[in-house]
Amino acid sequence: MAEKEIQVVQNIFDENDRIAFATQEKLGKMGVFVVNIMGAPGAGKTSSIINLIQQLSENKVYVIEGDIESDIDTVKLKELGIEAIQINTNGACHLDAPTIQSSLDGLSFDKPGLLFIENIGNLVCPAEFQIGEHIKMLICSAAEGSDKPYKYPLAFEKADVILLTKCDLKTYVDFNDEFFLKGVRALNKTAPVFEVNAKTGQGFEDVAGWLLQRKG
Amino acid sequence: MHEYPITEQIIKIASEKAKENNARSITRITLVVGEQSGFIGESIQMYFDIISKDTLCEGAVLEMENIKAKWYCPDCNIHYARQPFSFACPDCGNDGMPTNIGKEFYVKDIEIETE
Ligand SMILES: [Zn+2]
Repeated sequence: MAEKEIQVVQNIFDENDRIAFATQEKLGKMGVFVVNIMGAPGAGKTSSIINLIQQLSENKVYVIEGDIESDIDTVKLKELGIEAIQINTNGACHLDAPTIQSSLDGLSFDKPGLLFIENIGNLVCPAEFQIGEHIKMLICSAAEGSDKPYKYPLAFEKADVILLTKCDLKTYVDFNDEFFLKGVRALNKTAPVFEVNAKTGQGFEDVAGWLLQRKG
Repeated sequence: MHEYPITEQIIKIASEKAKENNARSITRITLVVGEQSGFIGESIQMYFDIISKDTLCEGAVLEMENIKAKWYCPDCNIHYARQPFSFACPDCGNDGMPTNIGKEFYVKDIEIETE
C-alpha cells in the first residue's frame, strides 16, 4: 500500500459555470436576453419586474420566479398576462445553473425578447452562482438603509446595473446618498445606479432604455 | 443548506481524480476557501461526513486553507484588509478596489492510498 499526494486545483464552481454558460449561449442565440435579478426580501424585485415589463411592452418577456416555497409572485404575474413559471427551491437560498437549465422547458421561447429570473431574496449566495444570465441586476431599496454596499460587498461588486427602489422613503429613513454611492463606487466603477419608485413607475423608463441598449 | 450541493461537487471532483490515479481510498482532501467565497468550513464538514459514505472519500480528512479577503490601493500599491463600514486604504485614506484574494474556492490536492 502506498500513499501519495495528487495536485488537483479544480474550482468547485466549474460544473455550475459550464452549465450557466451553455444556458446563456443557447438563449442568446434565440435572441433572449437574460437578466438575473438579485435583492433582499421585500426590496421590490417583483414590483420592479412588473414596472419594467410595462415599459418593455414592445418586447416579449418571460419570467422565472425563484421562491423558497410560495407561488404568490407567479400568480400575480400570470394575472397580468405575463408568461411566467415558478421554481421552488424548498429551502435553498439561491438558484443555481442546473436548476435554471432544467426549468427552461416550462417556457415557450416562441419569440426573441427578455427573460427575467427573480433570484431568491438574499444578498449573499445569489451573487456567488452564475445561472446563465447575460447581466445581473441588483435591486436595493432605500428603506434597507445606505450601508448595504458595506455589508454585502460581493452583490454590489458583481452587479451590472443597480436599482435603488422606494426612493420616496429616503427622507423618512435618513438615507445617506453620499455614503451609499461612495460604497457602490468603491466596489463597482461602472454599473449605472437608477433611482426608481415602483408605486408611481418613476425611473423605470430609463432602466428599460438601458436594458434594451445593453441587449443590443 | 447552501453547502450541500457544493459538498457533493467536492466529493465528485476528488473521486474522479482518485480514480484516474487508481486509488483504493482518499485519505485527505485540501480545500482552499476564501473568506468572501461565502462557504463555511464547518458546514461543508458536516455534509461531507454524511454524503461521503460508500464513496472513495469516506473517512477522508477535510483540510481547509482559509484566505482572508484583501483590497488593493493603486495609489500606494498595497494590499490591505478592510475595516468594517469602510473601503479606505490604511495609508492614504482613499477607497481602494476589491481583488480576487479571498474569493477562492477550489480543491487544491488530495492524498490517496493505492494498492
Ligand atoms: Zn493608499
